[in-house]
Amino acid sequence: MAATIKLEIVTPEAKIFSEDVEMVTLTGVDGQMGILPQHMPLMTQLASGEIIARKGAEDIFLAVGDGFVQVTREKVSVLTDMAIKADDIDEAKAEEARQKAEARLAQKLSDEEVVSAQAMLMHALTQLKVKRRHSK
Amino acid sequence: MASTRDIRRRIKSVKNTAQITKAMQMVAAAKMRKAQQAAIIGRPYAALLNQMMAAAATGAVGFSHPLMEARPVRKRAVIVVSSDRGLCGGLNSNLFREVAKLDKSTTVFVTAGKKAAQFIGRTKRTLAAEFTYKDAPEYAEARAISKAVQQMYLKGDVDAVDILFPRFINTLTQQPQLVPFLPIGKLSAATAGVNAAKEELQAHATPDVYEFEPDEQTVLGELLPHSLNFQMHQILLETKASEQSARMVAMKNATDNAKQIIKDLTLEYNKLRQANITKELLEITTAQMALG
Repeated sequence: MAATIKLEIVTPEAKIFSEDVEMVTLTGVDGQMGILPQHMPLMTQLASGEIIARKGAEDIFLAVGDGFVQVTREKVSVLTDMAIKADDIDEAKAEEARQKAEARLAQKLSDEEVVSAQAMLMHALTQLKVKRRHSK
Repeated sequence: MASTRDIRRRIKSVKNTAQITKAMQMVAAAKMRKAQQAAIIGRPYAALLNQMMAAAATGAVGFSHPLMEARPVRKRAVIVVSSDRGLCGGLNSNLFREVAKLDKSTTVFVTAGKKAAQFIGRTKRTLAAEFTYKDAPEYAEARAISKAVQQMYLKGDVDAVDILFPRFINTLTQQPQLVPFLPIGKLSAATAGVNAAKEELQAHATPDVYEFEPDEQTVLGELLPHSLNFQMHQILLETKASEQSARMVAMKNATDNAKQIIKDLTLEYNKLRQANITKELLEITTAQMALG
């Protein structure tokens, strides 16, 4: 039996993912990193992008927002503000969200609103990117 | 003695009141379910955040962040989180009783919610900042509050920050609670606002030494403010849940009372009516007897 590591992805809304996988590839602030079971304890920041979880022969792709990652020997915990499986991404919806966010950014806004609009835009872009890469 | 007409008028007015309180009770019940849901939904995230904070605190040996450094407390700030509207039973007055216990001269207040701002103003306490939040508290609103007090703390205006809010225990009970916010204690960090998180914390606190990437400064510099913002948000959500529950219970009591009053008044009204009829009958028979 291949060694596994537990991947847990949690957002403020729900626990999105919790499964034993063989390898996790994620995008940190300093670039991509692959995490195998028995990785040494590590804490890092997560940049918005893609998480790839390898389970048996198949790869599971997820689009995620910014956040934090904690790695222990048997577990990878990901704390992020957005996470969605590539299969569940609704391209039309994401595109719509992107346009809405861009429209809001074009207006004059307070700092707080700019931050939230930027986050919205980032989420939509990430979702679109991940979706388009895997829908071919 | 009141005439039958007076009593009828009173019954009508009480009935109207009962209708209003009943409607408010229904609205509060619906909002309460939503608010409770929102408060509970964030718990797994809070638990994981806690665990990370704990790991970071134990893992980053010999590292300290300005937000974690405790100073001798000369002046402290208290964030009072209340509701915007009244008619929610003893929720706010219980909260303000706790406020009254705090030392006026060494405490400055930051308020979230209109009732708290009014109370602080009325009792001539120092109000440092005033915030509002909506029925469904947004993360951005929590971030604004949390950012403001972090700045106050970092500038040295205050040496400690606590939060006073009505903790949601269950639908019938809400309890004012004072929890520390800043400086961030070693392990107690994000435990406030989440009941279930404490056991989680103990179960997972592994004494591993962590590697940080890119470095401790950057990771903790992001993680700490984020965890404070999230904690603040969780507290706003919990306050909302408390408020709606308290209002629902208060309005249910009001409706029950009104119903009781209507019952009593109706009884009185019928008695009076019967007495009047008897009196009239008596008069008629006496008149007939006198004639015959």
